[in-house]
Amino acid sequence: MKTIRISIIGFGAVGQGVARSLISKQEYLKKEGFDIRVVGISDSKGSEINTKGIDLEGALNRKKQKGTVATGGSNAIELIRNVEHDIVVEVTPTNIKNGEPGLGNIRAALMSGKHVVTSNKGPLALHFTELKEAAEDNGLHLRYEATVGGAVPIFNLVHEALAGNFIIGIEGILNGTCNYILTRMAEERMPYELVLKEAQELGIAETDPAYDVEGIDSAIKLVIIANSIFGQNATYGDVDITGITKITPEALELANKNNYVVKLVCEAREGKLTVAPRLVPKRHPLAVGGTLNVASILTDLAGRITISGKGAGSIETASSILSDILYIARNP
Amino acid sequence: MIISMTLELKDIPGQLVLALAPISELHGNIMSVVHQHYEKTPRGTIPVQVTFEIEHTVLNKLIQRLEKSGVRVARVGEERLRSTVSVILIGHIVHSDMGDTIDKIDSTGFAEVVDMSLSMPAIEKTSSAYLVINAVGEKELGMALDILREVADKKDLLMIEPIRLNSVEA
Repeated sequence: MKTIRISIIGFGAVGQGVARSLISKQEYLKKEGFDIRVVGISDSKGSEINTKGIDLEGALNRKKQKGTVATGGSNAIELIRNVEHDIVVEVTPTNIKNGEPGLGNIRAALMSGKHVVTSNKGPLALHFTELKEAAEDNGLHLRYEATVGGAVPIFNLVHEALAGNFIIGIEGILNGTCNYILTRMAEERMPYELVLKEAQELGIAETDPAYDVEGIDSAIKLVIIANSIFGQNATYGDVDITGITKITPEALELANKNNYVVKLVCEAREGKLTVAPRLVPKRHPLAVGGTLNVASILTDLAGRITISGKGAGSIETASSILSDILYIARNP
Repeated sequence: MIISMTLELKDIPGQLVLALAPISELHGNIMSVVHQHYEKTPRGTIPVQVTFEIEHTVLNKLIQRLEKSGVRVARVGEERLRSTVSVILIGHIVHSDMGDTIDKIDSTGFAEVVDMSLSMPAIEKTSSAYLVINAVGEKELGMALDILREVADKKDLLMIEPIRLNSVEA
């Protein structure tokens, strides 16, 4: 049995999803030969640290009742630096202005010899090359499957399963909120404003929807794809972005009559990064509905490979994180 | 010029060669042949669709040769506009002088707006239009789209183009 000690930095929906998955997968992980022990959990109010392994059920309950997991005052950076462990699971919320607090947490982890698994898009969209080099220089893994497409394993697919292929281009729908809004508008012939309200009531869209509907979230994910898959040194400013706010039900109906659907499509090809509403033929593999995410990868040897699945949700995102943790456990 | 012809062949051996030979003899370049042996016409002949590039000066000569050898020429059409794209425009299209934009594309000589449907829900509300543009080739289609993009940009229209990665596969 190999013991892997991890910390969970950020205990919101994703962090709690990771904790729940570790509880439900305990037996499976043991069978695989791994004892994955959470030695520290941190949220904005403080941390719980236990080098023998935190009782995850207890931590989840405390979070629910008290609003924080903290039993002590150490902050995230102190936990990362001072507690001996192997992997930092960085799952604080994305901040696209300066990447913090995720950026500082990831830097601290890599500087103190810990592998990093993250779902945080901000640091990777802003400082991809720096962080990747820092990991390589220190002989550490930096894994970020959960940053793009939620449960959909885009990076694993391209880097592992499609290794050896030249990637000609990637097209994808990487924002579930926009996909939900466009799908509902087309199905119900409802105007944008009404569907947005519905999505907000269902918790699919944020109170301030700009981040999703203006295409910002999609663009950030596209930047991570460009850097990770195409080796570009792109940042957010390199993406040509058009959102979905101007789309009318009439336009969707015209598209429908001509066997198209309209989707907010991210496109990386020949060094160009675009996020824009596009006409997608109804029978094309990209034409997925609801909140689904999809990525279609055009390669020289394998041709077109398309994968779709749930782009958000705490357990779905935890699936990608767990897979990254296991990758590191198997390839230390 | 690119010609598409529907020929009708008798259901006996050697007819396809008989139909294609005159095209080569007149220096035509055959691009595609669709031969459906099991799909007969009411006359009992077999229809064949041939697309080829040929000098327009020899077209009549070709038809005469074909008919003389017993191949019936059922249809002759010029395949001028071979590339096509659909786009949607959203905005105050009616005030943006769409007619002028269509003229601009049509007057290029290599591209035409061949279909347009407009949906106007109410006065003062934004309208939506679906356009189909045909062009002689992919490059020309790109140039026609550039014209449209420029107009969309100037008149503050949202232009929705098709996904593009497909075209790489072709």
